[in-house]
Amino acid sequence: MIGMNTSMMLLILLGVPAFAAVVLGFVGDRKFAPEINIAGSAATFVAGIGLALEVLERGSMLAGGKFFFVDAFNVYLSVLTAFVSMTTAIFSRRYMRREREHGRVGHVGMRFYHAMFQLFIFAMLLCLLTNNVGVLWIAMELATLSTVLLVSLYRTPTAIEAAWKYFILCGVGIAQALFGTVLLSFAAEKVIGEGGEALLWTNLSAVSGSLEPTVLSLAFVFLMVGYGTKVGLVPLHNWLPDAHSEGPTPISAVLSGLLLNIALYALVRCKVLVDGSTQSHHAGNIMMGFGILSIVVAAFSLLRQKDIKRMFSYSSIEHMGIATFAFGLGGPVATFGGLLHMLVHSLAKSAIFFTVGHASQMHKTQEMSRIRGLFKGNPLVGWGLMFGVMAIVGMPPFGIFTSEFLILTATMKDAPYLTPFLLLGLGVAFAALLRRVQPMVSGEIPPYQKPLKVANVPVLLHLALVLMLGVYMPDFLNNWFHAAVELLK
Amino acid sequence: MNLALAAQINSFLAALVLVTAFGMLVQKRVYGLIHLFAWQGFFLSLNTAIVGYVAGKHHLYISSVLTLSIKVFVLPYILHVLVNRLKIRRDVETVVNIPRTMLIGIALVIFSYHLTSPVRELSTLVTRSTLAVALATVMIGLLMMITRTHAVTQIIGFLALENGLFFAATSATYGMPLVVELGVALDVLIAAFIFGIFFFQIHAAFDSLNVDQMARLKEGE
Amino acid sequence: MNAHRIIIEFAQIAVVLALSPVFIGWVRMLKCWTQGRTTAGLFQPYRDISKLFAKEVVLAENASWIFRFTPYLVFAVTVLAGGIIPILSAHLPLSATADVIVLVALFAIARFFTALAGMDIGTAFGGMGSSREMTIASLAEPAMLMAIFTISLAAQSTSLSRIVQVIYTAGPVLKPSIAFAFIAFILISLAETGRIPVDNPATHLELTMIHEAMILEYSGRHLALIEWAGMMKTLLFMALGATLFFPWGIDATDTVSGASLAFVFLIIKLAGAGVVLVLIETGLAKMRLFRLTEFLGSAFLMATLGMLSFFILE
Repeated sequence: MIGMNTSMMLLILLGVPAFAAVVLGFVGDRKFAPEINIAGSAATFVAGIGLALEVLERGSMLAGGKFFFVDAFNVYLSVLTAFVSMTTAIFSRRYMRREREHGRVGHVGMRFYHAMFQLFIFAMLLCLLTNNVGVLWIAMELATLSTVLLVSLYRTPTAIEAAWKYFILCGVGIAQALFGTVLLSFAAEKVIGEGGEALLWTNLSAVSGSLEPTVLSLAFVFLMVGYGTKVGLVPLHNWLPDAHSEGPTPISAVLSGLLLNIALYALVRCKVLVDGSTQSHHAGNIMMGFGILSIVVAAFSLLRQKDIKRMFSYSSIEHMGIATFAFGLGGPVATFGGLLHMLVHSLAKSAIFFTVGHASQMHKTQEMSRIRGLFKGNPLVGWGLMFGVMAIVGMPPFGIFTSEFLILTATMKDAPYLTPFLLLGLGVAFAALLRRVQPMVSGEIPPYQKPLKVANVPVLLHLALVLMLGVYMPDFLNNWFHAAVELLK
Repeated sequence: MNLALAAQINSFLAALVLVTAFGMLVQKRVYGLIHLFAWQGFFLSLNTAIVGYVAGKHHLYISSVLTLSIKVFVLPYILHVLVNRLKIRRDVETVVNIPRTMLIGIALVIFSYHLTSPVRELSTLVTRSTLAVALATVMIGLLMMITRTHAVTQIIGFLALENGLFFAATSATYGMPLVVELGVALDVLIAAFIFGIFFFQIHAAFDSLNVDQMARLKEGE
Repeated sequence: MNAHRIIIEFAQIAVVLALSPVFIGWVRMLKCWTQGRTTAGLFQPYRDISKLFAKEVVLAENASWIFRFTPYLVFAVTVLAGGIIPILSAHLPLSATADVIVLVALFAIARFFTALAGMDIGTAFGGMGSSREMTIASLAEPAMLMAIFTISLAAQSTSLSRIVQVIYTAGPVLKPSIAFAFIAFILISLAETGRIPVDNPATHLELTMIHEAMILEYSGRHLALIEWAGMMKTLLFMALGATLFFPWGIDATDTVSGASLAFVFLIIKLAGAGVVLVLIETGLAKMRLFRLTEFLGSAFLMATLGMLSFFILE
C-alpha cells in the first residue's frame, strides 16, 4: 500500500496550499493571517520532504491514475519550492506587517496577498508534479495570474505598469507555449493514438524516439519562446525587471527564486522530448544561444541599474541564462551543474531579496544611492547582503562557485568557443554587483535610516545552505542529482 | 451531413474566423471590437461542434458549449459592463496606418501557412488545413496587441489570440483532452477577472486606459 | 453553329447598348421609391441621352484633339468590353480573343483618357477630378485584379468563358475563396462605377465630385457618349459579377431558346443587382476622400484573403 501512501502524500502536498489559499481568503486581514500562511507553507514543506523520501527509496513513480508523476528531477524542485515558500512566508510576516503599518497596503490588499501567495505555491507545485503537458501549461498560467495582482499591490503607477507588462507579455509568451503543446500532442497522437493519453509526459518520453522530428522541432520553437518568456531569457525578458522590482519584496523573492525555476523545468522537460525525437542537439543549441545571450546582456545591464531590486532582477536573468545554457549544453557534468545552479541560485537570490527588503524598508527607498551604512545600521542585513552577493557572483566557497565551475569546465570541453562569452558575462556581473553593493554596506549610517527588527532566520538559513552546498554535498542530494542527470540524458 | 460538406462548412467557418480577426485588427470602436470578438467566438464554437460531429468526438460538444458560453456571452458581457462602467464606450482609437497593418496581417497569414506545412502534410484529419488559419489568428492577435495602445483593445487582442489557440487545438488534434480544455477555460476566466481589476487600477492611476502613458519604467532612467 | 455564335455576339452588344439606360433608370426609380419621391420613369435616361445628342457641342478654346477624341474612344472601348464579357452565352467569339486581364486593361484605357481629357482644358475642376480618379484607380485596380485572379485560380484559367464554364458545371458550392472574391468585387464595383460611398453620381458639389469633375466641360453629343458609356460600365460590372459568381441561367448550349432564356435570367439578375445596389447606396453615407484608402484597402484585403484561403483551405 505504499502507492496509496504516495498518492496521499501528493494530495497533502497540493491540497495544503490550495486549502490554505481558501482559508486565508476568508481570514483576510486578521492578526493571525501571517501565522496561518507560515503554518500552511510549513505543512507543505513537510509533505514535500515526505514525498522526497518516498522517491529516494523507490525511484520514479506514477500516482493518482497517471495524473501525477514524480521523479528525482521534479521532486527536488518541489522540496526547494516548498522550502523557499516557507522561509518567504516567515520573512513576509514582519515585512508585510510593516508595509501595512506604513499604509502601503490596505485590508483588501492583505487578504489578497496571503490568499494569492498560497495559490501561487499550489500552482507551482502542480506545474512540477503533473504528468500532463497540458496541465503543466495551465498551472504555469495560473502561477502567472496569481502573481499579477500582487505585483500591482501597491497601486502606484509604476507598479501598475509593471504588472500590466507582466500580464500582457507573459500571457502572450505563454500562449506560444500552448501552441507548441498542441503541436506536441499532434505528433504524439500519431504514435500513441487518440484519447487523453497523448499528452502524458511518461507516455511521450517513452516514445520520444518515434515522434515526428519536423513537427517536434517546430513545436520546440514555440515552446522555447513561450516558456523562455517566463524564464526571462533575453530577448524575451522585458517584463522581468519591472515585475520583480515593483511588487512587494517577498513576491520578488519567490518570483526570482522559484517561478523562473519552474519555467525552466518545463523547458528542460520539452527539450528532452525534442532531442529524443530529432536525435540531434538542435533544441540544446537553441537553449545555449538564448542562455549565452541572456548572460551577456543581463551582465551589462547590471552596470546601469540604480534601483536595487531591479539590479538583482537582472542578476536573476543572468543566472537563469547560466542554467539554461547548462541544460542546453547537456552531458552529465553540465546537467549536474545546471541542477545545482537552480538550487543554489534559488536559495541565494531569495536570501538577497530578504535583506534587500529590509534595507529598503530601513531607508524607505529602493534607490541604491540612498542606501548606506548597512554594516553599522543593522549588521545582519549588511552582512547578509554582502555574503549573499558574494555567493551570487560565484565566489568560493559558496555553492554557486561549484555549479558555475562545473558548467565552465563542461563548456571548455564541449563548446570551447563559447567559454570567453561565459567568462565575460560572469566577470562583468561580478564587477557590477560588488561595485554597487560595497558602498551600500560600508560607511556611516545616514540620518534618514530607521532601525528595524528583522526576520533573521530565513536569511541565515538560506546562506548557510548555500555555503554548505559549496563545501559539502550530502550523499542523498548527490544521488538525487545523479538520478536526475540520468533522466535528462 | 456528409464529410465533404462538413469539410466545406469547416473551412468556410475558418475563413470567417480569419475575417473577424482582420476586422478586429482595423476596428476603431470599442463596441465594434467586442461584437467582432463575440462573432469570432460564435464561429469557433460552431466549428468545434461540427468537427465534434464529423469526428465523433463527443467531448468536443462540451468544449463547443464552453466556448459559446464564455467567448460569446460571458466575456463580451464582462467587457460591455466594464466599458460602460468606465465610461469609455465612445472611445475611438487612433489606429496608425491601417493599410500597413493589413499588409503585415496578410504576410502573417502566409507565414503561418508555411510554418504549418509539415503538420498539414502529416495529418489525416478533415480539419488539417485550418491549422494555418488558427496560427494566423494567433499571430494577428499578437499584431493587434503590438499596434494598439488601448488597454481594452490589447485585452481583446489577447483573447483573440487565445481563440486562435483553441482553434489550433481543434484543427490539429480534434481538441485537447477535456481536462486541459476545462483548465484553459478556467484560466481565461481568471484572466478576465484580473483584467477587469486592472482596468480600474489603470483608470485610477493614469486617468485613461491608454497604455501609451505607461513609460515610466523605461531602461536607463 | 459559328454563325449562331456571331449573331449572339452582336445580340449581346445590342442588349448592352439598349439595356444600360434602362438599368440606370431602374436604379434611379428604386432610389426614388426608397426616398419617397416621384420617379421619372424607367426610360428617362434615354430621353436624357437623345436630348444631349441633339444639342450643339461647345468646345473650350484650348481643347486639343485628346478632348475631342476621348468620348468616342471611351464609348468604343466600353462597347468592346460589352462584347467580351459572357453575358448571354458562355461561348462568345470575342471572349475567346481576350481574357479578364484585357478586360481590366480596357477599362483602364477608358479611365486614362477620361483623366487626360479632364486635364486637357486646364480648369481647376478637371485636374482635381482627374487626380482623384487616378488615386481611386491606383487602389481599385490591384484589388480588382486580385479578386479576378482568385477566381482564375479556382478555374485555372483567366479566360472568362472558361471561368464561367467551370463555375457553371461545379454547381453552387461553399468556397471561402469565391465568397471573399465576391465581397471584394462588390466593393470594387462601387468604386469603379462611381457609386456611393465612393462617389456620388448625382452631385455636382465641387468638393466631393470625382467622375463628374472630369467631364464637367463636355457638352452635346460628347457628353451623351460619355454618359452612355458610364451607364454601360455600370451595367457591365453588374453583369460581370453575375456572370462570374452566379453564372446559372447563362446559355451554354448554343441554341436560340437557350439564349432567350439567358436574356430572361439576365433581366432578373440585373433587377436584383439594382436592388442590392440601391440598398447599399441608401444604407451608406458618402465617405470622405481620405477614407477611401481604407475602403479600397479592405477590398484588396478581401481579395487577398480569398486568394490565400484558396491555397490554405481548398
